[in-house]
Amino acid sequence: MTAPALPAPTPASTGEMPRVPGKRTGRNAELGLLAFAMVIVAVYGATVEANQFDKVTPKFWVPAALLSILFFGLHLVVRFTAPYADPILIPAVALINGLGVGFLRRLDLARAIAEKQPEPGIFAGTGGRQLAWTLAALVLAAVLMVVVRDHKTVSRYAYTLGLVGIVLVMIPAVLPGSLSEVNGAKLWIRIGSFSIQPGEFAKLALVSFFAYYLVRKREVLSLASRRFLGIDFPRGRDLGPVITVWLLSLLVLVFEKDLGTALLYFGLFVVTLYVATERASWLIIGLVMFFGGVYVAYLLGAAVGGPFANFYDRASVWLDPFAPKYYEAVGGSYQLVQGLLGLGTGGLFGSGPGAGSPGFVPEVRTDFIFAGMGEEIGLFGLSALLVCYLLIVERGLRAALGVRDSFGKLVAGGLAFTLGLQVFVILGGITGLIPLTGQTTPFLSAGGSSLMANWLLVAMLLRISDAARRPATSGPAAQSGGPKQPPAQLHGAMTEVIKP
Amino acid sequence: MNAPLRRAGVVILVLFGLLFANLNWVQAYKADDYRTSDYNRRVQVAEYEVPRGVIEADGQALAQNKVTEDTLKYLRVYPEKELYAPIVGYKPVNIAEVGIERSENEFLSGASDKLFADRVSAMFTGDQSGGGNVVLSVKPKAQETAWKQLTNNERGAKKGSAVAIDPRTGAIQALVSFPSYDPNQLVSHDTGAASTAYNKLNADKDKPLLNRALSETYPPGSTFKVIISAAALQNGYKQSTEIPAGSSYTAPGSGAPIRNSEDQTCPGARVSLKEALTDSCNTGYAQLGVELGGEKVKKAAQDWGFEQDDLTVGDLKGSGLPVAASRTGDIKNPDGSIDQAGLAQSSIGQKDVRMTTMQGALMAETVANGGKQMRPYLVQQLLSPDRRPIYNANPETLRTPVSSQVASDLREMMVSVVENGTGQRAQIDGFEVGGKTGTAQNAVGADDHGWFIGFAFNDKGEAVSAVCVMLENVPGGHASAEAARIAGLIMKAAAGRGGD
Repeated sequence: MTAPALPAPTPASTGEMPRVPGKRTGRNAELGLLAFAMVIVAVYGATVEANQFDKVTPKFWVPAALLSILFFGLHLVVRFTAPYADPILIPAVALINGLGVGFLRRLDLARAIAEKQPEPGIFAGTGGRQLAWTLAALVLAAVLMVVVRDHKTVSRYAYTLGLVGIVLVMIPAVLPGSLSEVNGAKLWIRIGSFSIQPGEFAKLALVSFFAYYLVRKREVLSLASRRFLGIDFPRGRDLGPVITVWLLSLLVLVFEKDLGTALLYFGLFVVTLYVATERASWLIIGLVMFFGGVYVAYLLGAAVGGPFANFYDRASVWLDPFAPKYYEAVGGSYQLVQGLLGLGTGGLFGSGPGAGSPGFVPEVRTDFIFAGMGEEIGLFGLSALLVCYLLIVERGLRAALGVRDSFGKLVAGGLAFTLGLQVFVILGGITGLIPLTGQTTPFLSAGGSSLMANWLLVAMLLRISDAARRPATSGPAAQSGGPKQPPAQLHGAMTEVIKP
Repeated sequence: MNAPLRRAGVVILVLFGLLFANLNWVQAYKADDYRTSDYNRRVQVAEYEVPRGVIEADGQALAQNKVTEDTLKYLRVYPEKELYAPIVGYKPVNIAEVGIERSENEFLSGASDKLFADRVSAMFTGDQSGGGNVVLSVKPKAQETAWKQLTNNERGAKKGSAVAIDPRTGAIQALVSFPSYDPNQLVSHDTGAASTAYNKLNADKDKPLLNRALSETYPPGSTFKVIISAAALQNGYKQSTEIPAGSSYTAPGSGAPIRNSEDQTCPGARVSLKEALTDSCNTGYAQLGVELGGEKVKKAAQDWGFEQDDLTVGDLKGSGLPVAASRTGDIKNPDGSIDQAGLAQSSIGQKDVRMTTMQGALMAETVANGGKQMRPYLVQQLLSPDRRPIYNANPETLRTPVSSQVASDLREMMVSVVENGTGQRAQIDGFEVGGKTGTAQNAVGADDHGWFIGFAFNDKGEAVSAVCVMLENVPGGHASAEAARIAGLIMKAAAGRGGD
């Protein structure tokens, strides 16, 4: 564990990392960075008010202060339960989460002004609800940190989690559209006014299951092979799980009408498979199968329509969003175009928080929040946000590199990669890089499911990074207070222990 | 497992690099396109953020603003509805402006360079400067009279137009096109309703959106004899010169014989030029035209403003409403020689000769102004938002087709038309009125068009108004008499008398 090679969101981050593991935990650095992030959130709130009301109200700091208390709470939990956890993760996530709350509150203020309503309360409106969801998400994350003292205990429930994950993925697909469909994508369970996106939680469960499964199977998958064109390909019978997951994600694509989620699950599986087996052939097979499947779905959509039509439409819209026939079509490119226009209007520096017109972009609170923010913070602001996401992902991968057991490596690597892939899928969709799919922007979009699931993901990364950064010599000592467990040395050799 | 994890990190880096590159494309390279895109509602909102300048005439507002509650802060209102629509035009939300709203758009919106100093001072004072105001030269009394008399014409004509000009300056006193339209429905902030209204008007078989005074050309009939007279006077003829006439004339070559509209018109073998004009002698002018020759006829018409296709009426700096070119046609046989029969027809304003109502008014104006054709204009003054004059119309001579001597002869001849000849209904008490009638055959079986071009001098000998009235397809013959009557009333109102 050395100093991060990547640009940090805050100036304090680089020098604070302990160069020698074990000497410093980095907790104070985390607190300092957190405070800095919260100052940015407070300044953002003040700027929003200055632009919306032409003055800064005396209460501008309240949302930032409440968030600070929440994040400080999590910091304390981490300090006591995972003292060696990566100190960059929480501040980076907190900054994104805080700006998300600030932007949603900014939309509430604009709406209140337009409707001549008084200024909404701290917990009113989408911003207020997001604040409450943040509280819930942090409590969940803290509970995970407290309950799961060692990430390896999760592997005991791997098959349960796998089943739960598949069920969560499938529920919206089998539910009638009235209970599961929002804007053409069947990704939800809706009960009255309350709705959750089970897929968000499913990815956590599925990563744990994949990791466990692959740790058990890695030798078979990596050693038994047939050489073709200089690349080692796996035996036909070992392809079973890959084909299963491939079919599963294509089913998601077709029945939930969502390319993004399909890409996410498939990417997740292929990457964990690749990491477990260290064989590039899995990557090649995976990519060929996925893109082949997508292309076939596109052709089927053009030829027969039916369940493939939605996907075909999205691809056509992506290829030429400004064509009037797509722009004016119901469910056409209007949203994508308005998002692009918002981003373009923002330009390099943006109009300033609170000074833009994000209200013109449909779904600006959820899927298109990045476009809405982009108009106001510009290319520079969005690049900073991108760097924050990149930091979180690369820190997660670093935890995977550092941790000594295979299961931890796969879980941390899989989670971090999935997070990065999700950011790529939604931001790529909004900016017209890839066809648009309805994904939430992690930590930013309004919505409890996404926020809770992603904070749980961060909690898991924190837990694993704690294990990775914990000085080797303190291993037995740290174990003394915990539940009865096998000796630490065996964990590094986990694969051998549970050979099939 | 660490090598593939590192590679996964590189993959994420590449994906984020793609996002970043694409974000640069959207927010930097394409930013200007997106910022000004027709799909970008921010452009409109910004435009409606400050009040647009007022268009007014003689202290009366013709286009003003109403504060609204919606996103677009000001609604454009045209209090005089269809009366001024052919001049003022309209400023719709999502399509291009029309009329003065179009030609003075930069000044009205406040974006003009002329208002640069005002914008700078507004930056310091913090006031919203808004757009500049446009003062038209139109005299509301003349405009109202023209509209009322045209729409309630005694002969039941359904379409027509009228233009009145101050002969000394070129200031347009009235410009009417009927049927007209209510511009208010086209500027509704409900763009759907506005577009429905537009489509309805556009599909109307009477074409109310056409500006019949400026953009439509019609066969001028006998009004064209003024130009032939001018050509004759310039070529040595005098008012008293006897020209060949008769009850019927067949041009050399072929063609149907040309007759006079009444049997009692110039039945003798010869008639003086003055009498020929007074009684509108077709046979006389047909022979005169043939005698002068095609080149001279075409040259004369060009001298008076025919064939000019870049004339605009607005301000004298060049922006304004376009005026269609009036044409004489080729008057040539397929082998290139002069078509004598066609020339005879053209000399009485038939065959391929086509003229705008504006051109008719310019001809009357030239005679009344001693041979100098003043350039017509509509914009008298441009005022800054705080009503400081920024531009004053400075009358310009557009061309001088004839000497003051020829103009004086023409004036005497045209006065004779109104006092003794076909234009007697144009007489006004206390004014010396001159003019020329025109009855133009057009489509086979259709009623004739009725024309009158004329001018009025007050008792001090000042030319107060020059006018052209055009009625399309007047039922029941003698089409020009009604035009003459209306022309008299318009000139009277323009001179400040009457105007009921």
